[in-house]
Amino acid sequence: MNTKNKNKFLSPGHNACSGCGQLSAVHAVMRGLTPDTIIANATGCLEVTTTAYPQTSWGLPWIHSLFENASSVASGIRAALDKQGNHTTKVLVQAGDGGTYDIGLGLISGMWERGENILYICYDTESYSNTGIQASGSTPYGAATTTTPNGEKSVGSTQVKKDMLAIALAHGLKYVAQTAAGFPDDITNKVKKALAVSGPAYIQILSPCIPGWKINYDEAAMMGKLAVKTGLYPILEYTNGKLSASSINANFKAEPVNTYLKGQGRFKHLTEEDIKHIQSLAEENIKKYRI
Amino acid sequence: MKKGLIIKPNTALDNKTGAWRTHRPITNQDKCIGCSLCAKLCPEGCIEMISINNKQKPRTDYDYCKGCGLCAKECPVKVIAMKEDY
Repeated sequence: MNTKNKNKFLSPGHNACSGCGQLSAVHAVMRGLTPDTIIANATGCLEVTTTAYPQTSWGLPWIHSLFENASSVASGIRAALDKQGNHTTKVLVQAGDGGTYDIGLGLISGMWERGENILYICYDTESYSNTGIQASGSTPYGAATTTTPNGEKSVGSTQVKKDMLAIALAHGLKYVAQTAAGFPDDITNKVKKALAVSGPAYIQILSPCIPGWKINYDEAAMMGKLAVKTGLYPILEYTNGKLSASSINANFKAEPVNTYLKGQGRFKHLTEEDIKHIQSLAEENIKKYRI
Repeated sequence: MKKGLIIKPNTALDNKTGAWRTHRPITNQDKCIGCSLCAKLCPEGCIEMISINNKQKPRTDYDYCKGCGLCAKECPVKVIAMKEDY
């Protein structure tokens, strides 16, 4: 069939789980790019599943070095291009939440501090999916992971999900956005907008993980949409440091968080009291991000 | 294949992931409204919009479709059926 003959930015034949929310989001990101793009990829599911040596799914220049240094590799690429007088080629970083929230954070901060013209995309699966669902700085309250298992005396993760958008904004980024798998056109539009901005930009995409969230193969998009509808993971856009668009607007009608939590194995153990607490987190978001 | 640190683009196309499939999505082309949401959401990127009688319709590449059923679940007019396939 035709897909074989096309030099796609990301071709089929990768080894991601059937129904992977991250790969669904990556295709939406790719539709926002031009062929004049170089990608630096951190270690993670995306790297492992798309580049099983000696094969690659990528049709764009793509490099992987280490877990923590994708942003620094991108800085090097940008510096080399700039030195050649090439300011039009776009440089993109792709990483998961482990590489972004935890392992790569220091080097990301450096890249942002230097104000380099690089778009950083974090696919947020809310755990270290690739190594077997360990908790990351992005794991939300109540989620069972292999390092935060639930039990008689454990609710799962008790940590607060790190506010990565605030960290990006604190660096003075001109374009910061959050969206979710299940909104492919929104993802593509945000990538195009971010690339039009001169200087660093950050986009974070909630990417439901089939084995990590313990959901069915066909539910990744549904979970992404429910996360937005409950207010737990609103679609947000900050331009020049100001909240310029939000899914929590005049049309927003909050769905109870239970509709989102009950479908996921990682939240299956939660008591009514736990769910009440998570509802209060959603309500905080709804207050904070209303426009 | 000559192996090195730099490999040729899109070589993963040799990896026919259609063998993973237990259920096959079948699209009813007559009832399909051609919105292209299935093609946009497919994690494999193996659904392509093609012109049939001057209308945009999806075509699934079964060489790669893993049969996750995301397309069937999200189809706004529910015209994609998942049929057993093994």
